[in-house]
Amino acid sequence: MLITTSDIKINGEALYELPKDLYIPPDALEVYLESFEGPLDLLLYLIRKNNLDILNIPMADLTAQYMLYVEKMKAIKLELAADYLLMSAMLIEIKSRMLLPKPAEIEEEDDPRAELVRRLMEYEAIKLAAKNLDEMPKVGEELQVAHAYYHHIAEIKPPEVSMDELVEAWKNVLKRAKLNSHHKLGRAELSVREHMSMVLRRLQTEGMCEFSALFDLKIDGLPKLVVNFLAILELAKEGLVKITQQAAFSTIYLQASSAE
Amino acid sequence: MREPENITEMKQILEAALLTAGQALSLDDMLKLFAGRMERTTLRMLLDELKQEWEEKTLELVQVATGYRFQAKAEYSAFIARMNPEREPKYSRAVMETLAIIAYRQPVTRGDIEQIRGVTVNPNVMRQLIERDWIDVVGQREVPGRPSLYATTKHFLDDLNLRSLAELPPIEDFTQSEIPLDS
Repeated sequence: MLITTSDIKINGEALYELPKDLYIPPDALEVYLESFEGPLDLLLYLIRKNNLDILNIPMADLTAQYMLYVEKMKAIKLELAADYLLMSAMLIEIKSRMLLPKPAEIEEEDDPRAELVRRLMEYEAIKLAAKNLDEMPKVGEELQVAHAYYHHIAEIKPPEVSMDELVEAWKNVLKRAKLNSHHKLGRAELSVREHMSMVLRRLQTEGMCEFSALFDLKIDGLPKLVVNFLAILELAKEGLVKITQQAAFSTIYLQASSAE
Repeated sequence: MREPENITEMKQILEAALLTAGQALSLDDMLKLFAGRMERTTLRMLLDELKQEWEEKTLELVQVATGYRFQAKAEYSAFIARMNPEREPKYSRAVMETLAIIAYRQPVTRGDIEQIRGVTVNPNVMRQLIERDWIDVVGQREVPGRPSLYATTKHFLDDLNLRSLAELPPIEDFTQSEIPLDS
């Protein structure tokens, strides 16, 4: 699960064994460090693979090396250098606390390495969890979500119309009708009022009536159809008929208001 | 348009909607199909039945974080993948480790992530995860600087075929042997 030494290549050659003294040529450093996700990862590797004893890390040599790397890294990846420097400082702190005699008044002191070990183990678990996440099937990779083609149709809600708007529209119709009255179709016979009565009469005998049944497309010409429609609107406006529809695009019904 | 009159017709409507959605549909989404004439419990029952009916077929009905969706059964994905030989480039270890920390320790700040990984978080890493819509900012920690708190999204769960974070293996599963202090 962890990185094996053969994953690390220095100057094109796989590194099969870590240098005993931890020394890595500065030229190869960048390549080497890129194999690790930071000082914790590197330290974890050293401990797990080489049974490196945290206590016995030769601190003086390590520090000297780190400082050399840091100098080299300043030009390349300063933030990475800082992370590694911090880690070496931490190791040195641990080492010094291990070496110093404990003051008598402090009876029980936590092992200075305990915190580092906790962090290393926490990181190790996260690292494996990340690998697991990476291996889980993902949508767009191993998972294919079904998506059958269909021609997208959105339900079109009929626009809301207020009575005021209907009145306004009707006034405009009247206004225009007056303007065009000289070539207006015979208004007397096609009077809206007349059609209103016709519709009401029909509703009286039939009770409820389908909207479309009120228009005889085969017999009536366009002007008559329009007037008939205006008549229905006028009836609705005056509250003489009730227009109902159960759902969008379903049948529209007309009913005389007095029918209830 | 005629409203469905029996269970079979209702299931057919559900099936058509799920197959054409291309993404998970929530129970609320599916209730809209029936314009208020459906109870949640009935809907769940119908979905269970639909799931069983599809068991012998090439697609399966699965439940993920944001709802239900049809997807190709796992055994076909290798074949389907052949049609798209250009695979998404893999995320770097830095990205995956950051994601794992956010998934398991959320909500976390960048500082928390840096503490666990021992390295500075590259802003690029966070950007990649945010762009994928796998993580987002859910608040700020009330400490100096008010750092953003990051958490994983429902989209992350959807993409990993999970209904909730609880379906991820517990972090203890990944804890390795104790590092000995005296060797």
